[in-house]
Amino acid sequence: MNDYEIVKNARSEKRLTSVDYIKLLVKDFAEFHGDRLFGDDRAIVAGIGKIGDIPVTVIGIEKGKDTNDRILHNFGSAMPEGYRKALRLMKQAEKFDRPVVCFVDTAGAYPGIDAEERGQGRAIADCLFEMSNLKTPVLSLVIGEGGSGGALALCHGDEIWMEEDAYFSVVSPESCANILWKNVEKADVAAKALCLTAPKLYELGLIDRIFSADKKKLKNEIVNCLQNLMELSKEELVDRRYEKFRKVGY
Amino acid sequence: MELKSLFLKVNNELENTENRRVSRKITCKKCGKQVSVSKIRKNFFICPECGHYFPVRARRRILMLTDKRSFVEMDRDLESKNILSFPEYEEKILAAKEKSRENEGVICGTATIGGSKVCIFAMDGNFMMGSMGAVVGEKITRLFEYATKESLPVIGVTVSGGARMQEGMVSLMQMSKVSAAVKRHDSKGNLYIVLLTNPTTGGVDASFAMLGDITLAEPGARVGFAGPRVIEKTLNQKLPEGFQKAERVLECGFIDEIVKRPEQKDYIDRLLKLHGM
Repeated sequence: MNDYEIVKNARSEKRLTSVDYIKLLVKDFAEFHGDRLFGDDRAIVAGIGKIGDIPVTVIGIEKGKDTNDRILHNFGSAMPEGYRKALRLMKQAEKFDRPVVCFVDTAGAYPGIDAEERGQGRAIADCLFEMSNLKTPVLSLVIGEGGSGGALALCHGDEIWMEEDAYFSVVSPESCANILWKNVEKADVAAKALCLTAPKLYELGLIDRIFSADKKKLKNEIVNCLQNLMELSKEELVDRRYEKFRKVGY
Repeated sequence: MELKSLFLKVNNELENTENRRVSRKITCKKCGKQVSVSKIRKNFFICPECGHYFPVRARRRILMLTDKRSFVEMDRDLESKNILSFPEYEEKILAAKEKSRENEGVICGTATIGGSKVCIFAMDGNFMMGSMGAVVGEKITRLFEYATKESLPVIGVTVSGGARMQEGMVSLMQMSKVSAAVKRHDSKGNLYIVLLTNPTTGGVDASFAMLGDITLAEPGARVGFAGPRVIEKTLNQKLPEGFQKAERVLECGFIDEIVKRPEQKDYIDRLLKLHGM
């Protein structure tokens, strides 16, 4: 696959969604709803469960399966209340010393009048702001689409992993081609230039690991990673996370 | 530093002073009237006919908000590199430097406001629409780190189209980097006042623009995350009057106060004094 084909494949309806990953990896999952401020955004599926023997808080951006399910989950485009639900449960995880595992799969945060007027920008900013100081391990897995700020909001983790055929980009290749060259047909050129594939982002040092959706292997990798992170003191953990993002671009 | 940059003036209608002797006039975009440039300049870059706010370059913005000759610039020499070898990016940087007479899209430093020492940053819309790449993120991060170390307040003036596409994920992750630095500044009990100017959108809106202790905005400034055309296309409907305008964003609860340009310095000075500075 070339880079643009990877993007299109990452959008494919046949791919595993967050709910699939939760079924594969998380035992005794209990889903929790609502941001306690406005409502419950179904684009974000969150709750607690166990990965291996570790109790974790799980937060996933869910695109849905069939048409009705996709509408229910708003095609995986979260509203501000979705990000606020995520943050509420991350704070809860911190209180109970549970690591947080995020599954990221979104074309982007929802661009709508209501989303804007309820503070989409502020909701994403708050995730970055608070996660940077969250005193419990955070592991973010980009499983399909990593669409701009809406994906980044759940990626302020100690480690960011990407599925081998996922992508993560500042802008969709189509929008990029449209803005720069007024030509959506050049999306393939944009996709290549944006360096949005897992191998390229790994090479740039922006992600920490590339994984394949092999259940057993992935579960072991996650358990190992969380165990290592849980050995760090809270201060070390937060300092290490700060340095991780501090060096981006410099 | 390039010696040239000391003498050359910024290359736009209002700032270009080469023909100063001739009384120049420009057409106000809003009211369509011919207005003399010198009148606009004396009026805080507001159209004396209709009150339209013209864009203000970063360096002038800092002059407007700080005490005379108090500004000391930091990290002026940081310049962007084409990290991803993105097509046509070097040419765009060169053109942006030419247009703005700045090395990058943000100016940072220390200054005093009514005698109180502050750290200040101002973004420059003339530099690739104030887009945030690695250098913009780095300069603002360094400023917050310095302010944290010295226990100084930060005053930030935002204008931005968002993250800079030509730097891909490196630019997107500047949102994370700066937000983390703001958090550290915040955790130590320091004050951050942000002034949102037209437009403050995308990745800047979804990070440090929305993280102030006190959030001010200029009248009529567009403030929002998603671009209006994207929203229109998604919803297939026209956007309501005033959508994403500062006045509406204030009604929605995300801005503390809208402050007119001639009053901004005194207003910020008052806030600093109320914080014991």
